[in-house]
Amino acid sequence: MDDTIRKILAEHGHFPVDVATIRDEDDLYQAGMTSHASVNVMLALEDEFDIEFPEAMLRKSTFESVAAIRDAVGELTGS
Amino acid sequence: MRVLDANSLSRQAARIGLEVAGVAAGAVDRDARFPTEAFEAMREESLLSVLIPSELGGSGLSIGQVGDIVFELGRHCASTAMIFAMHQIQVASIVRHGRSTFFRDYLAEVADRQLLLASATTEMGVGGDVRTSVCTVERVGADEIRLEKMAPVISYGEHADAILATARRTPESPPNDQVLVLCRPPGLVLEAISGWDTLGFRGTCSLGFRLVAQGGTELILADSYGDISSRTMLPVSHILWSSVWLGLATSAVDKARQFVRAEARKKPGVTPPSALRLAELIGQLQRMEELVRGTARRYDEMCDDLEALESMGFAITMNSLKVSSSTLVVDIVNRAMTICGMAGYREDSPFSLGRILRDAHGAAVMVNNDRINSNTAQMLLIYKDD
Repeated sequence: MDDTIRKILAEHGHFPVDVATIRDEDDLYQAGMTSHASVNVMLALEDEFDIEFPEAMLRKSTFESVAAIRDAVGELTGS
Repeated sequence: MRVLDANSLSRQAARIGLEVAGVAAGAVDRDARFPTEAFEAMREESLLSVLIPSELGGSGLSIGQVGDIVFELGRHCASTAMIFAMHQIQVASIVRHGRSTFFRDYLAEVADRQLLLASATTEMGVGGDVRTSVCTVERVGADEIRLEKMAPVISYGEHADAILATARRTPESPPNDQVLVLCRPPGLVLEAISGWDTLGFRGTCSLGFRLVAQGGTELILADSYGDISSRTMLPVSHILWSSVWLGLATSAVDKARQFVRAEARKKPGVTPPSALRLAELIGQLQRMEELVRGTARRYDEMCDDLEALESMGFAITMNSLKVSSSTLVVDIVNRAMTICGMAGYREDSPFSLGRILRDAHGAAVMVNNDRINSNTAQMLLIYKDD
């Protein structure tokens, strides 16, 4: 799952740095992800994992790190 | 120091609006000058510290209550109301995000000396996107920082006692990793680089400046600007700006009401055709009042709930408030113009609406509605209201 998440971040996160250099717990917003880019990341995650983030999960903290995204996706896919 | 309740403060604002700001409004607009007399009167009544907690010497009002004060000022002088609103937005940011001893002491100083705070968030080279910065906080020595910013506008920059400026956290940080820095004398130098000759809000004196600031590391607010913006600066801005516009709209409607009553008195028994238009206009004003005051009340109820403030639904609501109220104010002033006719169009009549109309058009362009709607549209691609 991590590889897929990182692939989506690389494609849609518009980071000024290589996504491989971002650690699991690093703050993605501080690493350069704008709120505009974060919506594209969310859309790609929904498509890739065939999930829908409910309203309660649509907040900054859900997408603030690779680890947080993994938890959120895991919760919705039950894996 | 006198600590007054919200109603007394609102009455003071109404008095200052009528007797001071309103009297000077024509000259402030004509000469594009700072409304000095209104701010002297407001300092006299300690209105600049209404948002600061009472234990720090302020009045501890809520955003909704401050909105009532802004509204009262907006009925008489749009520039005075907007400057007051922008000051309170800066104060709100420090009250809610300046948890250090330094910032608590600074708030006490703002209350004691009735300091006026301004903002430098826009920057040349970022295309109007305040969530990105080119300039950066630089370290000079162990505990000193320096900041240099080319700001296309800093409203009342020359009249402010301090300026809160955005900048990248470090020279290595990406453009959106921003902090908010308090820039104040003697470490603050402003050099004007452009003037302010606009259609409306002329008294805000929003010149462009090259800002250079230096001081200790304690001047940086601890929270990221992204958090300060989404939780406080953006919602409070949209609520207080909307309160300015509600004041403008109300003053236009007041003129229309007076005009229709005067028409009716001329021919008792005949309802003037403008009376029907007035009935429609009152409905529009009511929509705007409910929108602005209702959203302010919702914010006050949830302003300590971090989860709710972070939600997309909240961001969409606050964006919509700005777009709707800035559209409604122009619609309302236009309708008042139709009712007052030539009397509203003339510059030398008691029903003159020229200045209000020019000010009202500032609403949709100060942070352009298209930019805000694009941001909302992006969120709606993913947002579910369930």
